Amino acid sequence: MGPMYAFEAEGLVKRFGETTALNGISLSAPPGTVLGVLGPNGAGKTTAVRILATLLRPDAGRAAVAGVDVVRHPARVRRLIGLTGQYASVDEDLTGAENLVLIGRLLDLRSGEAKARAARLLADFGLAEAADRRASTYSGGMRRRLDLAASLVGRPEVIFLDEPTTGLDPAKREDVWAIVRRLVADGVTVLLTTQYLEEADALADAISVVDHGRVIAHGTAAELKRVVGGQTVLVRPADPARLAEAAAIAAAVAGRPAEPAGRDATTVPVDDAAAFTEIVRRLDAAGLAVTELSLRLPSLDEVFFTLTGHRTGQERAA
Amino acid sequence: MTTTETAAPSRAAAPGEERRRTFRLARHSLALAGRSIRKTLRTPEQLLDVTLQPVMFVVVYVFLLGGAVAGSTGEYLQFLLPAIMVQTVLFGGMATGVNLNTDIKKGVFDRFRSLPIGRSAPLIGSVLGDLIRYVLAEAVLLGFGYALGFRAHTGIVPVLAACLLTVFLAFCVSWAFVLVGMLMREPGGVQGAAFVVLFPLTFGTSMVTPKDTLPGWLRAWVSVNPVNHAMEAARGLMLGGPVATGVVWTLVSGVVMLAVLAPLAVAAYRRRA
Ligand SMILES: Nc1ncnc2c1ncn2[C@@H]1O[C@H](COP(=O)(O)OP(=O)(O)O)[C@@H](O)[C@H]1O
Ligand SMILES: [Mg+2]
Repeated sequence: MGPMYAFEAEGLVKRFGETTALNGISLSAPPGTVLGVLGPNGAGKTTAVRILATLLRPDAGRAAVAGVDVVRHPARVRRLIGLTGQYASVDEDLTGAENLVLIGRLLDLRSGEAKARAARLLADFGLAEAADRRASTYSGGMRRRLDLAASLVGRPEVIFLDEPTTGLDPAKREDVWAIVRRLVADGVTVLLTTQYLEEADALADAISVVDHGRVIAHGTAAELKRVVGGQTVLVRPADPARLAEAAAIAAAVAGRPAEPAGRDATTVPVDDAAAFTEIVRRLDAAGLAVTELSLRLPSLDEVFFTLTGHRTGQERAA
Repeated sequence: MTTTETAAPSRAAAPGEERRRTFRLARHSLALAGRSIRKTLRTPEQLLDVTLQPVMFVVVYVFLLGGAVAGSTGEYLQFLLPAIMVQTVLFGGMATGVNLNTDIKKGVFDRFRSLPIGRSAPLIGSVLGDLIRYVLAEAVLLGFGYALGFRAHTGIVPVLAACLLTVFLAFCVSWAFVLVGMLMREPGGVQGAAFVVLFPLTFGTSMVTPKDTLPGWLRAWVSVNPVNHAMEAARGLMLGGPVATGVVWTLVSGVVMLAVLAPLAVAAYRRRA
C-alpha cells in the first residue's frame, strides 16, 4: 500500500519580504490523477510548485511527495518527480538530443541508455527531426515539448507542470494536452497549474482554485460550477411548432418563466438536478420529442468571478 | 510505470555509500563540465576575453610602457609576459560567474536543482569546464609572445609548470566569481563586482613595473598579494631565478581561497530561490 496522496501540501506559507506569496495553501492529489491549480497571475502557483519540487523551502506548513517530506528528504523526493517550470529551462546552446542525454547522464543512466532514452522521448514528442538542432532554433511549442520530455527522462511518478501551455497557440496547446493525457494513462500523477479555465476543465480530475496564496475552492469541474448555482435547463423540441408547449412545461416545473434560446429552443433556470428530472418526465408524458435536452452549468470563468469578485488573470492583465 | 525502479527505498547507508556519493558527485560534475565546454566552443564570441583581449593588453603594455619601464620593448616583453598570463586567466574567470548568473536567471538551473544530484555539481561543473578557457588563453599568449620575440630561458617542463600553477590559481580565484555570481541579481552586476575583486589583485603586483619602484604602502600589499607571488613564480619558472617562495605562496593561498570561497559559493547557491 502506497500513501493515499501522490503529493500533498498542507498549510504552506511563503513570504518574500513584504509579499506573502503563499498564505496557507493546501493541495493534494491521489495517485494517477491530475490536479488542476487554477489561478490568476501572482496567485502563488509557481511558488507552491517550487516548494513541492524541493526548489524552495516553505516558511510554514509541510509538503510531501509519495509520503516523503520535501524539506527533510529533498534528495529522495527528487528521484520521484519531474518538473517543467513556467519558463522553459532548456539549454539553448545544446541540441535537443544533448539536452536530454545530459539529464540522462545526471540521472545515472549509462551513456548508451541515456542516448536511447533521449531518442525515444524525442520521437514521442515529435522532435526526432530536430534532435540535432540547437534548441535556440526551436519554436516556442518545440521548446515546451523538449522541456516536457526533459522532465520525463527519469520516469517520474509525479510531474509538476507549471503553466505548460501559456503562450502557445490553440493547436500547440492541444498537443500538450494529448501528452498530459498519455502520462496519466501511464499512471503518472500530474499537478498542472494554469490560468486557462478550459484547460483545467479538459485535463483535471480535481481543481483547486487559488487566489492570494490560498485555495478558495476545490472540487471537480462540475462541482465547482454547481457552487455558483444558476444551472439552466435547455429544451429543443423536435417539432418547432411545439416550442410554446415545451416552454410551458419547463416553466411550470421551475416555477419561473422560460426564456427563448435562439429560434427553436427554450431555457429556464432551475435550483437542482431534481427539477431537470421532473421536466424530462413531464415532456415524456406529453409525448413531446426533443432533439436537445440539457442541464447547462455556468462556465468556470463565472465560477472564478463569483468566488473572487474579480476576473481571471488574462482580463486583469489586459 | 517503473515506479519501483525510480523510487528510493528508505534504507540505512550501506558501507561504501559515502565513497559512491563522492564518485557520483565527480561524475555529475564532469557531465556538467562537458556541457559547459560545449557551450563555450559553440559561442566563440565568449572566447574574446581569453584570445583577443590578452593580445591587446600585451600590445598596449609592451609598446606603451616598454620603452619607459625597461628601456626596450624586447626586454619588457620578457618581464611582462609571464605575469600577464596570470592576469589573463584571472580575468577569464569572471565569465564563469557571469554565465552562472545567466543560467540561473534563465531557469536552466531549475532543472538541475530538481534532479537527484549533488547541490554543488552544477557549480563544480561550470568551474571545471571553464578551465579550457584558461588553457586556451595561455596558448594564445605564449604563441603571440613568441611571435613578438619572447623566449623562455628554462625548458618545457618549467614552462608547463608555470602554466599549471597559474591555471590552478585561476581555478581557486574563480570561486570568488562564482560566489559573486550567486549573490548578484543581474549578470551585469556580476561583472562590476568581479572587477572590484580583480583590480587590487591583478594591479597590486609587479606585473607592469618592478616592485622597488612602488610606494611603500603599495609594496606592502604587493608582497602579500598571492597574485603577485604567482607572477613572480611564473617569471622564475620561465626565465630562471628563485621560484620556491612564489610557488609555495601561490599553492597555499590558492588552497585557502578554495577552502573558504567554494563552500560559501555553494551555500549562496542553496540559499538562492
Ligand atoms: N523570488 C521572489 N521574490 C519576491 N517575490 C516573489 C518571488 N517569487 C514570487 N514572488 C511574488 O509572490 C507572489 C506569487 O508569485 P507566483 O508564485 O509566481 O504566482 P503565480 O505563479 O501564480 O503567478 C507574487 O506576488 C510574486 O510577485
Ligand atoms: Mg507562475
